[in-house]
Amino acid sequence: MFAVENGLQGDPRLQAISDAIRVIPHFPKTGIMFQDITTLLLDPVAFKHVVDIFVDRYKHMNISLVAGVEARGFIFGPPIALAIGAKFVPLRKPGKLPGRVISEEYELEYGNDRLEMSVEAVKSHERALVIDDLVATGGTLSASINLLERAGAEVVECACVVGLPKFKGHCKLKGKPLYVLVEPSQLDEVTF
Amino acid sequence: MLFLLYILLLSLCHRAPAIRLPSNNSKTPFLLRSVCVSLHLISYHLALLFFRRVNSSKASRDSETMATKEDVQDPRIPKIASSIRVIPDFPKPGIMFQDITTLLLDTEAFKDTIDIFVERYKGKGISVVAGVEARGFIFGPPIALAIGAKFVPLRKPKKLPGKVISEEYSLEYGTDKIEMHVGAVEPGERAIIIDDLIATGGTLAAAIRLLERVGVTIAECACVIELPVLKGREKLGETPLFILVTSDAA
Repeated sequence: MFAVENGLQGDPRLQAISDAIRVIPHFPKTGIMFQDITTLLLDPVAFKHVVDIFVDRYKHMNISLVAGVEARGFIFGPPIALAIGAKFVPLRKPGKLPGRVISEEYELEYGNDRLEMSVEAVKSHERALVIDDLVATGGTLSASINLLERAGAEVVECACVVGLPKFKGHCKLKGKPLYVLVEPSQLDEVTF
Repeated sequence: MLFLLYILLLSLCHRAPAIRLPSNNSKTPFLLRSVCVSLHLISYHLALLFFRRVNSSKASRDSETMATKEDVQDPRIPKIASSIRVIPDFPKPGIMFQDITTLLLDTEAFKDTIDIFVERYKGKGISVVAGVEARGFIFGPPIALAIGAKFVPLRKPKKLPGKVISEEYSLEYGTDKIEMHVGAVEPGERAIIIDDLIATGGTLAAAIRLLERVGVTIAECACVIELPVLKGREKLGETPLFILVTSDAA
């Protein structure tokens, strides 16, 4: 579900967020129009809009855990977690987290990758939110949902700044709702 | 030992009242009183140097806009320190890993950590918060948002999609690189660099060089944890370092 479908149609903050995202063609490979959120981070007003919209949505949902996917989920997750009084749990590439971890494999276009989470980070029946900058295939978010559910958490929603249009409506990932702020920006946006 | 020497000298000086200003009526020879005052001062300062506690929040080195008093224990520090977990032999035998993920699970400690940095940097003309991948991405953005600065990620090679500049630095075996987008910062901007921990200082030193190359002034480097035994501060040159917690584990 996109923000415009859920009460934020015409909200100027969404246009500001979209305008602040830069498109880099053919990265990391030919044919991909990469949505570069680093330009959003250079605009403190637009960056704050992102956090404010997510915080307004989640602050009364009794969420005690915000899980962020390495590495760009680490940028958006903590400010939201701090504002809603939840803990932040990093979901990391293999071998980065110390202590006891559980891992979940997921498919890439070519081959597989793995995501890990600390087992001690989650209490049973905790209500959790998963954050990443962008959702494309949904593979990473699905792996994240699996990790949290295996540890006993209840995933309330997945949230992303950018999402492909196919996630409009009541699209779900592994039965969990998805909330997206903006569609991908186009190449004719002003860039630096 | 030095403390005992200090006490002995103090008691010797007490016989000639060196603490009071010498008066013409004093029966003690002026030379003896002068020597006692000097010894008193020298031993006092030596004792102070050796018995300064390091396990609390440390003031950064001198910085015109960041001037702080001597070591002051912020009451929030002990809880922050105790929320950090130490994992032995990670990522390899002999390393005592400082795990900040447990700090992130403690909502009060995490908030306090950010608050301390925000209180320090708000209103100081800082327009750039640069965070070192990946744990610098956790602490940097909340600080940037609170002080109205932009957040600039400093990343491992080939992660940033646009045109980048890079800076190489040494590892124990070999070298690594960090990168920043061209145009993310402008000459004349004032920046702080954030990471969770400073160990040898190699990464932070590379980050300083990267930003200085494009005309940015680094007001300070800021980390949650320092491992002083690894002497990372020495690699930072004139750039001040502010940390919350020190650890003797390395």
